[in-house]
Formats: sequence, structure tokens, C-alpha cells
Amino acid sequence: MELLRFATAGSVDDGKSTLIGRLLHDSKSIFEDQLEAVELSSERRGDGYVNLALLTDGLRAEREQGITIDVAYRYFATPRRKFIIADTPGHVQYTRNMVTGASTADLALVLVDARKGVLEQSRRHAFLATLLGIRHLVLCVNKMDLVDWSEEVFDSIAREFESFVARIDTAHEVEVTPIPVSALRGDNVVDPSPSLSWYAGPPLLEHLEKVDVHDHDPQQGRFPVQYVIRPMSDEHHDYRGYAGQVTGGTFRPGDDVVVLPSGQRTQLVAIDCLEGEIPEAFAPMSVTLRLADEIDVSRGDMIVPVGFEPEVTQELDAEVCWMIDKPLTAGSRYLIKHTTRTARASVIEVLHSHDVNTLEKYSAAGELGLNDIGRVRIKVSSPLAVDPYARNRITGSFILIDEGTNATAGAGLIRG
Amino acid sequence: MTLIDEAAKTTRPHRLTHLDALEAEAIFIMREVAAELERPVLLFSGGKDSIVLLRLAEKAFRPGKFPFPLLHVDTGHNFPEALEFRDRRVAELGERLIVASVQDDIDGGNVTEDKGPYASRNGLQTYTLLRALEEGGFNAAFGGARRDEEKARAKERVLSFRDDFGQWDPKNQRPELWSLYNGRIRKGESIRSFPISNWTEMDVWQYIAVEQLEVPSIYFAHHRKVFERQGMLLAVSDAVTMQDGEEPFEELVRYRTVGDMSCTGAVRSAATDIEAVITETAITRITERGATRADDRLSEASMEDRKREGYF
Repeated sequence: MELLRFATAGSVDDGKSTLIGRLLHDSKSIFEDQLEAVELSSERRGDGYVNLALLTDGLRAEREQGITIDVAYRYFATPRRKFIIADTPGHVQYTRNMVTGASTADLALVLVDARKGVLEQSRRHAFLATLLGIRHLVLCVNKMDLVDWSEEVFDSIAREFESFVARIDTAHEVEVTPIPVSALRGDNVVDPSPSLSWYAGPPLLEHLEKVDVHDHDPQQGRFPVQYVIRPMSDEHHDYRGYAGQVTGGTFRPGDDVVVLPSGQRTQLVAIDCLEGEIPEAFAPMSVTLRLADEIDVSRGDMIVPVGFEPEVTQELDAEVCWMIDKPLTAGSRYLIKHTTRTARASVIEVLHSHDVNTLEKYSAAGELGLNDIGRVRIKVSSPLAVDPYARNRITGSFILIDEGTNATAGAGLIRG
Repeated sequence: MTLIDEAAKTTRPHRLTHLDALEAEAIFIMREVAAELERPVLLFSGGKDSIVLLRLAEKAFRPGKFPFPLLHVDTGHNFPEALEFRDRRVAELGERLIVASVQDDIDGGNVTEDKGPYASRNGLQTYTLLRALEEGGFNAAFGGARRDEEKARAKERVLSFRDDFGQWDPKNQRPELWSLYNGRIRKGESIRSFPISNWTEMDVWQYIAVEQLEVPSIYFAHHRKVFERQGMLLAVSDAVTMQDGEEPFEELVRYRTVGDMSCTGAVRSAATDIEAVITETAITRITERGATRADDRLSEASMEDRKREGYF
């Protein structure tokens, strides 16, 4: 069984909670006591219906205010796949939350109301998902029952959405799969609907079970060193292993490798895990590598195959999503965490920021405020081994940390 | 094909099963915390989730020793089977265990024990936990909590920041992007880390099966003297006082969670091995905590409140 992580975006009005509730319910992932608790709370609040949003709104403040303030993670499984949903709120702090939820997702589900069509927020969700490197968008056109199951309405919404996505400036291809549903009635969510006989594609759940989201996984070997294992016990006196997670490609014993940023070359001798040596390691396995030569390798270095080196640089050109109140300005200094390396960074300039609704770029008056996204040039105190984000989402991303508060201030995606 | 076989099956070359992917993520998280924080500790209770954590720690750090000791907050009302298992497992691993005792804090007058039939030491654990963390100088603690367990936990971060009183501020959490965890803290502040955040109860059991991990016997069906209280089957023990009208009877039961005897309920079950437990987990219609934890039934936000105060 494989794992699929997807992000959902949309507001309560679009029926997002109902759709998620439907997926969980029909896959038997909602438990009776949870449903009872939700029914009880709905009644107490006077909702007049079983408010499935209460399933995910776990905090007191969320239930009191009737809003979702944070990304909620939900889990369900079918016999074919296990799913992790990052459910992101539609309104409050949408950029910060959507970017967070999308950063670990391989697919995004954008929900629109068939009566309303593609709204500003649908465009915003499509833009953010695409910016975050998601290659598979599912456009769920919901409430089809309220437009008489009209094929024309569905087609026109699908065309408008697809043409918007095509205009997004991205280095990777994006596959859009439009699916008509009625979440409330359950039409075309798990089972095909007789009301949608003109629709030839699979129901939503079947698409989620079958879509291949690893078709563009990075092929070039990348191994950020996370932790050096040196037992220094009698039994393992000379053992020196470099532990980490493979973030691209495949490693095998005998591979000629180079350690970055130092550039020293050596050979991969063995790949260890608890059970013993293994013949190969591929992403996203967590393993321990042993090298032929005793060279200086520590946390923050990256082991890559000779001939497939990423760029080693102290200057980054990146899209940055800003997540704290204090704006990012030219000259401001932060800590930067890129793979397993933390260094100092200073902002050289803010080139422009994006209007996520119109896709227009405008000059940002030299700063990025909370929830802004813009293109920024950054100087780093020590060299980083980086790939463009479009090629590798791990070696192509970083966070900026405010040194005064230790807050995670921004998320960066490195341009090619 | 059994559910265990299904879980362990890879469908395509160079693809991980969901269990392998979750394992790789959890190992990564453990190594990040061990690398970035000076003095971590791992909470081990003898329960199934922390048993999984120990296996993940082996995978993360062997052939080296764990770069942290283990800590158990003993309420004094733990199941003897769990304690026996705890000590045996620690000895097998050759790692160091610190036991912080709630009884000591009661005896020393640091906390006052609730009186009455519904008294539980569960809430007192927070004091003992925070004391043990402070005494050991620990600035990071691994726990086996999962987001699928409870709705407040669904909002919890993988690396969860706590202020210098050990408190959680759910409305002001650090966003977690990609696998770039921010573990930076100032002196006195700390991090709680949950490597199996993304696992479900089913994942935990499947992993225990695939890895052939031993668990305390109370997870399997056994005959036990119990009594019924508010729809829950509580074990007859020194930890609880039965009320008028509460009658003890023998029942074939097992536990889905292993916690304090005063507030952990048993479920009726005939599952005597892991395979049967997994089958039962697959068809159960009640959540793990809903079925077995009186402490979460206190109010809609009881877990959130306890977490804010420093509970796990």
C-alpha cells in the first residue's frame, strides 16, 4: 500500500468540510464517538445540521469562533492507498496555511461551487499549489445537483480553470483533472453517479487511488548528511556512518560520490540500516552511508554522485512567502535553514511581489509583508548545495528564521 | 491475503509502502531533534506507541547508543504487566531509563491527590513530567502522540514549541514546511517532538506486526476482574474505589491503550494475537481514546487544556 499526501483548499461555503466528511465517512474513517461528539456540538451551537467542520476544528477558539485557524491533518485509507489530507483554511492566514499544507503534498484538491464558478480564491489556491511544486491539481466542481448536472456548466468552469493554470509562470507541468461531484449527496465521490452519465472519468476517490504522483521524482542523487554515527564502542570502534534521508535518485555501494560544499571525492562503501547492509537506497529512505576514505564530513554537508552535482552557491534567487508581521526588507538578516544546514542570510533586494489573484507582478516597495509572496535575492554566509525547486522540492527549499524571536519567518523556493 | 501482508507489500520498484514512508519520516525527525537540540529525552511508558518509538530510535542511531536517555512518568497506578515489560525492554536495549514518580511528588507535598471515587492521577503527571525535565536539564522530549488520536492533537506540530513553563500555545505555532523543522529555542524553553504524528492506530499495529515487536500482554485478550462505570470497563485495582451499585465481574478483555489504571478502560475482545488485533482495529467504530480514556471525556477541550499546561 502506498501513501498519498494531498492538500485541500476551499471554504466552508464550497462544501469542503462536507466533501472531506464524505471521504472519511465512506471510507469508514469517521468513528461513531467522533460523529456523536460532532452531532452534540452542532446541536449545542444551533447549527441545524451535522457540522462536519467540527471534526477538524480541534481547538476551542476554532469551535467558538466557527473558523479554522490552522492546518488540520486528517487520515483515511482504502484497500489501495493510505491518505494524509492537509486541510487548509480558506480565509484566515490563507497564504501561510496553504503554503504550509501544500509543501508536503503531492496533489491539491481545489473545490469550487458549480453555481459560482472559478472565484478569486480558487485562482489563489491554484497559484499557491502550483508555486509549491504540486503537479497534480484536482478541480472538484461541487454542488452539481444545484445546476441540474449540467455538462455545459462543468465544461465551462473546467476550461476557465485550466486556462488560468496555463498562465501560471512555472517550470514544471501541471496536470489538471476536473471532476464533477455533489459532496452532500455523495454523487461521484466514491461511486459513479447516474446523474452524471455524460462524465467519462473516474469518481474522485478512484482518481485519488490511482493517480501516479511520483512520475517526476528527482532522478539525481541527493543525500544531505543529518547526523554522524560514531559509536566508539569496542565492537564498532572504527565505525563512522553518515545518517540521513535520500532526497533524490538512488545510491548504491561502489558509487563515486562527492561531498559538498568541500568537493572532496570518495566512494560509497556500504549502505546500512538496522537489519544490515542493503544493496541500494532511494528517496525517501532514511539510511546510513559509509564512505571509503576518512574525510571530513559533517551535518549540513551533502553527498551526491560525481557528475550530477547541484550548484554550490552563496547567493540565492528565490520566491519567498512571508509569514510574520515584521516585514522582510532589503538589508534584513535572518538565519536560513536549507536541508540540514543552518547559516546566516541577509536580504540583498526584493525584486517584486505577486498578486496571487491576477498573477501580475508588481514592484514591492522593497519589502514583503505578512502573507506576501515575492521574488527575493539573498546572500548566505556559507555555501549551500542547491537545486531549483522545480527539480527537487527538498534541496530547492529553505526557511528563514527570525533570530530575535526564533519564529519561522519565511519559506523560500529557489528559482532555476 | 491478510491485512499485514497487504501493508507490507510494495507495488512498484523504487516505491516505498506507506509504512516504510512513515518510518523514514519518523527516523528523519528523530535525527533532526538529536542533532539540533542539546539534551533530548524519550518518553517510554511501555505502551505500543512508545514501543514503536524505541524501534525507530534503534533504526536512527544504531550501531551507536541512543543520544538520549528514556524517561517514564510513573503514576503509581500503572499496569504491572506494562512496568515489567518496560524494564525488560530497556534492559534488552542496554539504554538508560529514568523513572519519575508521581508518588514522590504526592509524598513530598508538591501535588495534592484528588479524593473521591473519580480521582485520577493523570492530571498530576504534568507536574512530575515538568519536574523531571527540569531536573534532567532536558530541552527536548520525544513522545509517541499521534494526530489521529484526538482533535487537539490533530493541530499539534511535529516539533512543538513550549515556553519556559512547558506550556503549549496552539494559536501561535510555528508553521512546518517541507521537512525543515525549526527547533530553535532560548534557555528554559523546550521542544516536544512527535515523530509518529502522521501514523494512525492501524499503522502502529501494522508496524508492530511487520517489525515483530513485542508488546505487553494486556494488549491481548485476557480474563480480568472489571466493573462498569459510565460505559467503560475499568479494572478492579487499588487505583480505583468502586461506588455503590458498581459490581465487579470477570470479562474477556484487552486494552487499546496503556495508561493510568484509574482512567484507562478495557474493551471486550477475543483477540489473542496481533493479526486478530489488526482485524479488530480495521472494523472498530470507536476511536482509541473515546473507547478507553475517561480523561478525554471530561469536556470537549480537556486534552487541549491539559496540553496547554504542559501535558503531552
